[in-house]
Amino acid sequence: MFKILNKKELNDAVVRMDIEAPYIAKKAKAGQFIIYRIDEYSERVPLTIADYDREAGTITIIFQTIGGSTQHLARLNAGDSILDVVGPLGVATEYGDVKRVAVVGGGVGCAIAYPQAKTLYNMGVEVDVIAGFRSKDIVILEEEMKAVSNGFYLCTDDGSAGFHGFVTDKLKELIDSGRGYDEVIAIGPVPMMKFVCKTTEPYGIKTIVSLNPIMVDGTGMCGGCRVTVDGKIRYACVEGPDFDGHKVDFDELMRRNATYKNQEKTHVCRLTGGVR
Amino acid sequence: MVKPNMQPTKTPVAKQEPLVRARNFKEVCLGYTEEEAINEASRCLNCKNPLCRTGCPVSVRIPEFIEKVREGRFLEAYDIIKSTNNLPAISGRVCPQERQCESKCVRGKNGEPVAIGRLERFVADYAMKHADEMEKPAVPAPNGKKVAVIGAGPAGLSCAGDLAKLGYKVTVFEAFHTAGGVLSYGIPEFRLPKAIVQKEIEGLKDLGVEIMTNMVIGKVLSIDEIMDDGYEAVFVGSGAGLPRFMGIEGEALVGVYSANEYLTRINLMKAFLDGYDTPIMKSKAVAVVGGGNVAMDAARSAMRLGAEKVYIVYRRSINELPARKEEVNHAQEEGIEFRLLNNPTKILGDENGNVTGIQCIKMELGEPDQSGRRSPVPVEGSEYVIDVDTVIIAIGTSPNPLIRSTTPGLEANKRGCLVVNEETNQTTQQGVYAGGDAVTGAATVILAMGAGKKAAASIDEYLKNK
Ligand SMILES: Cc1cc2nc3c(=O)[nH]c(=O)nc-3n(C[C@H](O)[C@H](O)[C@H](O)COP(=O)(O)OP(=O)(O)OC[C@H]3O[C@@H](n4cnc5c(N)ncnc54)[C@H](O)[C@@H]3O)c2cc1C
Ligand code: SF4
Ligand code: FES
Repeated sequence: MFKILNKKELNDAVVRMDIEAPYIAKKAKAGQFIIYRIDEYSERVPLTIADYDREAGTITIIFQTIGGSTQHLARLNAGDSILDVVGPLGVATEYGDVKRVAVVGGGVGCAIAYPQAKTLYNMGVEVDVIAGFRSKDIVILEEEMKAVSNGFYLCTDDGSAGFHGFVTDKLKELIDSGRGYDEVIAIGPVPMMKFVCKTTEPYGIKTIVSLNPIMVDGTGMCGGCRVTVDGKIRYACVEGPDFDGHKVDFDELMRRNATYKNQEKTHVCRLTGGVR
Repeated sequence: MVKPNMQPTKTPVAKQEPLVRARNFKEVCLGYTEEEAINEASRCLNCKNPLCRTGCPVSVRIPEFIEKVREGRFLEAYDIIKSTNNLPAISGRVCPQERQCESKCVRGKNGEPVAIGRLERFVADYAMKHADEMEKPAVPAPNGKKVAVIGAGPAGLSCAGDLAKLGYKVTVFEAFHTAGGVLSYGIPEFRLPKAIVQKEIEGLKDLGVEIMTNMVIGKVLSIDEIMDDGYEAVFVGSGAGLPRFMGIEGEALVGVYSANEYLTRINLMKAFLDGYDTPIMKSKAVAVVGGGNVAMDAARSAMRLGAEKVYIVYRRSINELPARKEEVNHAQEEGIEFRLLNNPTKILGDENGNVTGIQCIKMELGEPDQSGRRSPVPVEGSEYVIDVDTVIIAIGTSPNPLIRSTTPGLEANKRGCLVVNEETNQTTQQGVYAGGDAVTGAATVILAMGAGKKAAASIDEYLKNK
């Protein structure tokens, strides 16, 4: 059993939790993930490790309540326990020899973009963070991201805060203004990552994305997480989740991620219907 | 000597009706009654030189246990089996007996062999039901030494059990949330009820074996760190869980599964039961590619989930099907259609990326090669399409590189299998032993169990002399 020590709602649909997981906390690195299973009836669901505290033996997860499983998780409180947490899985992000990096986060993706920015910033890299949200009221981690960036650019789709427009518009503007990024890291919804890659491709700026395919085991034994990168099948759970975004087949990933879309709805209904 | 029963065929065993069982996940074979078991046992000639035993990978004392069955002394029969086989309730159900003990039985020369597998299962089930009449094995006095086992499949579990009986403090590290390996995530309920696997695991815990789930070795801990933590030897029984795909067009379409994923969703995650959250596709027509036990299990599971049409697509002929014969028969009875001498060339999809069909080319057996084996060769221009919405790939698995890539000094061969000394099962690193599918590549439960047993003996030898 893995105990939830703290819980904080970052906005209406995004929750942060600190979980007691000493073995995982000891080994976790930025870019790696865990798989959790709340109880006997639950699915196994992957979540990126947003932060960890090796001394306290805790890991932090930040998640958006989208499907039945994350809704279920969000209903738990500090003091409750999760049956299974396994990790740290995946390959930690490898930072090349970079001087200037743009970290682009979309929505809850900022929860993962933030530790990346922090790591780079602490390495002495010049970091611009571009964080996109639908509107002002769902902005998360603004202060935290500001604290670990040289330039912080908040964007909202509806213009209710910061730059009015998409992260890709802001990114293009910054590139054109001569920021000279060695690398772009994009984390967020698949369409956002796809368009960030489209934006950077003509400039030839290396772009790393963190993929979130459907997973079961997270150790390479089911192949459910396979993504096509550079025309080859790659297992995101063991070879990723980070990949060179210019080579990823995003459309295929979106289709595969929608495999159980119709079934997911019935699960949600059952949950809110309070059957269990 | 009692006169043997010369009935030429095996005593029949009760099974669920094919068309009923094809739609439920309950066990297919119901097992012998006491009378049936005694009747079948009396077919054994109690040979002086029992050939059956030479066919058994763990040398079960077959005629001895069968004699006890004939005498109705079932618990004594159980003790005899247990002396060489740690998991009889499981092997009695899943061993390919027709290629092992039963293939050697002299009764098979003139009729059917003695139903050794069914008898083994009967005895094990009887013992489980009458557990309270048996003396609980005493928890052995601890000898103060710790051994780590990686992987809770049949190899790891039997190694752990044997070491615990010798007084070692054994910790099993398992990547999944449930122990059992393939027994839990791969082989379906209708062939191997999970309650039986759980009972075997409970038995180990009674011996003092600690099982730590959710521990992916190579990620959360390395073998070196385990050794530094006071474990004096390590057994690697991590199996061969990495699925292979074919490399043909369309394998990333929605509706293409590896058999591992399909079966894990069903068996481990219980997608087939109401109340469990893990989803699985509701397929109408399914093609399973492959001819082994894995393919049969996937096909029969698809049928049980409600598919109207299920095909096995296999590139060789019926004689080469590597699956247990009984499972092939069961699958046929349940209405699964075998497209033999057929090789998939492409998976077709619609504009939304969903599977719509599988294109196959017909094969014929070519000229015999040097080994005398006739390999299938494609018949030119014979491509055709089977309309399906789901394709399950069951063409084999290989060992996971996670452990060898994180353990300096651990050598593997070209196929990714760990290299071991055949006498001792020691790997290329001192104090590290391995066995089961991790060493042989995908094989059988009984071989994995036997390897775990052998490694336990070697580990004991090594630590006694250390
Ligand atoms: C669907 C299916 C049907 C089969 N049917 C039959 C049959 O009818 N008869 C038969 O004899 N055989 C059958 N087999 C084969 C048989 O199940 C295997 O040969 C046998 O289970 C191998 O045992 P093992 O202990 O070596 O490995 P496994 O059973 O694979 O167990 C390995 C365990 O190690 C764990 N593990 C892996 N990596 C790590 C790690 N890094 N850290 C921690 N734990 C790890 C895995 O999660 C797993 O639990 C079947 C296999 C499948 C897949
Ligand atoms: S070979 Fe057959 S008849 Fe002879 S001892 Fe073995 S099971 Fe009995
Ligand atoms: S999640 Fe199963 S192989 Fe990646």
